[in-house]
Amino acid sequence: MSVSDLSAPAAGSPGSRVRAVHDSFHGDLLEVSMGPHHPSTHGVFRMIVTLDGETIVKLKPVFGYLHRNHEKLGENVTYLGSMPYTDRLDYLSSMTNNWAYALAVEKLAGQAVPERAEYVRVILAELTRLLNHTCLAGFLMQDCGCSGTPLMYAFREREYILDLFESLSGSRMMCNYQRFGGCRVDPSADWLAGAQKLTDRYGVFLDEFETLLTGNEIIMARTQGVGKLPPALAIGAGVTGPMLRASGVNYDLRKVDAYGVYPRFDFRVPLGDHGDVYDRYMIRVLEMRESIKILQQALAGLPGGPIMDPKAKLRSFRPKAGEAYGRIEGPKGEIGFYLLSDGSPNPYRYRIRPPSFINLTILEDMCLGHTVADAVIILGSVDIVLGEVDR
Amino acid sequence: METPEQIRDRLLARFPGAEITVVPNPGTDAQHSLLLGAAHARALAEFLRDDATLRLDQCSNVTGIDWPEKEIVETTKVATPDPANPAGPPKVVEQKTKRLQLGCLEVVYHLYSISLRHGPVILRLRTGNRTDQAAVPSLTPVWRSCEFQEREVFDLFGVTFHGHPDLRRILMWDEFADHPMRRDYVEPDDYEWEPTPHGTVLEKAKAHYPAPPPAAVAPAKGATP
Repeated sequence: MSVSDLSAPAAGSPGSRVRAVHDSFHGDLLEVSMGPHHPSTHGVFRMIVTLDGETIVKLKPVFGYLHRNHEKLGENVTYLGSMPYTDRLDYLSSMTNNWAYALAVEKLAGQAVPERAEYVRVILAELTRLLNHTCLAGFLMQDCGCSGTPLMYAFREREYILDLFESLSGSRMMCNYQRFGGCRVDPSADWLAGAQKLTDRYGVFLDEFETLLTGNEIIMARTQGVGKLPPALAIGAGVTGPMLRASGVNYDLRKVDAYGVYPRFDFRVPLGDHGDVYDRYMIRVLEMRESIKILQQALAGLPGGPIMDPKAKLRSFRPKAGEAYGRIEGPKGEIGFYLLSDGSPNPYRYRIRPPSFINLTILEDMCLGHTVADAVIILGSVDIVLGEVDR
Repeated sequence: METPEQIRDRLLARFPGAEITVVPNPGTDAQHSLLLGAAHARALAEFLRDDATLRLDQCSNVTGIDWPEKEIVETTKVATPDPANPAGPPKVVEQKTKRLQLGCLEVVYHLYSISLRHGPVILRLRTGNRTDQAAVPSLTPVWRSCEFQEREVFDLFGVTFHGHPDLRRILMWDEFADHPMRRDYVEPDDYEWEPTPHGTVLEKAKAHYPAPPPAAVAPAKGATP
C-alpha cells in the first residue's frame, strides 16, 4: 500500500480512519490531533494529521468549535441589527466586514452612497489591510519560531491603527461603523491629521520590519519552497485574496469589480512567482506598500459633503423582495454577503462567504509531503481567523 | 458577458434534454439565475466551466435556502351578471382560492471567471422535497471550492449531495441530529440534555420531561418503610 492510497479517503469512510501498514518498508502511521487549543492554530482550529515518520500523508481540518450559527442570528434580526455581528466575524478587520455587508444591502435596496463616505470607506479599508497584514506577518514569524520580536513590532503598529479606529467609532475592534448609505460619524479634521501622520510614518516602519525579516537567511531557508500552491488548483478551490495572488493569479476585486471609488486611485497588484509561504509573506508586505499609496491619494482627495445619503433609511428599513450578492476585497480574500429579501424587515436568507474558511479547502494539498513544523507555517500563511471560519 | 437567457439557449442547444429555467430576480440588482434540473446538472456545470466564452473557473459561493411548505391564498375578482338586474352592471365577487406550495431546499452557486474577469452566473439546484428526496448532485467534482461549502449546506440544511467525496458534518458535531438553518428548526432546551434548574429552561424542560409518577418517587432519607 502506497502513501498516495492513504491520502485519498475511501468511498463511504468517515474520512479520518487510517489503516496502519505493517511491513518491512513502513512503520506504523501515527494519527495526531493538533489543536483545538494548540497555540499555532490561531484559535480553536484542529487538524487531524496522519504522519508517516515525520511526513504528513493526510490532513483533515476539523471546524466548529466557535460555531454560533451567525447566519441564523442574521435571519432573526433586522438588516441593521446584523451590522454589529459582522464585526465579530473576522475580528481583525471589522471595518471591511462592515463595508461588505453595507455594500450587499445597498445593492439589494438600490441605495446610493455619498462620495465622502466612499472615500472614508477606502481609507478605513486600507488601514484595516495594513493592520491585518502587519499582524499576519508577525504571527507567521512567531509560527516560524522568531519568538516575540516581530510580533511585538507588529502589535505596536496595530495599536496605533486601533487608536484611530477607537477615536472614530468608539471601539478598537468592534467598530460597527458603516451604515447603509454612508458611515455612522464624520471623521474630524484632527482624526484625518492623525491618519495622515500614521500613513506618512508607516513606510518607515515597513522598512524597519523588512530589514529585520525579508532578507533574513533563516526565514528564507525556512519558508521558501514550503507549501506550494499551483495557480490552477488555487482558482478551482476558490482561493481568493493575497493567497491567490501569491500563486501568480492577477485577480484583485478592487480592480476587477472596481467598487467604491477604487478606480480613481493609482495602485498596482503585486503577484507572486512560486506560491510558497515566503511569497505569501512577501505579497502582504508589497500590498501594504500599495495600501499606503492608496491612503495618501484618498486622504489628499477626500471631498467635503455629507457622510450619509439623506435618503438613507435606517429604522423600519424594508428592501423590496429580491436577492443580491455583494463582495469586496477584504484583507483575507473575497468577503461576500448573499442576501435574500422577502420584503420583511429581516432578511429571509443571510449568508456570509467567509474567505478564510474557503481558503482552507486546499490546506491538505499544500501540507502533503511536508513535516508538522511546515504545516504550522503553511497554516500561518493562509491567514485564518476562527471567528470567521466557524461563524 | 452573456445574459442568463443567452446562456440558457446555448446550453439547451448543446444538451437538448436538459431542464433549464431562468429564475427572475425582482430586486434592484436584477441578477437572474439559472435553475438546473438534477439529471444534467453535473454535465451543464462542466460545460460552463470549460466553455471558451464563459470559462467560469471559480465557484465563489455556495449556499442553501429553505423553502418550507406554504399555503398561498389567492384572491381573484370574478364578474358575474347580477341575477336581480340582468341588464345592469355585473356583480363583482371576490373568490379566494387556497393552494399548497410544496416545500423544497435550494442550493445556490455563484460562479465567476477569473481568467476572463466576469460574473456572476448564478446556478440553482432544487431538491424534490424537504424530507425523503432532499438530495441534489454534488458539484464538488467540477469545482473544488464546493467541497467545504457543500458540507456546510449538508450540515445546516440537510441537503444530501450525491457524488461528494467526503460528505460529513462540518460545523455541528457528528452526533447532532437536526439541521439548524431550516426555518422550522426548534432548538433543544439544553444542548447537554440536562435541564438546568432555573428560568425558562426549566419550564421548557418540564414540558418535555414530565415529573415521574408518585409511586416511583424514592422514599426520603431516614424514612422507615
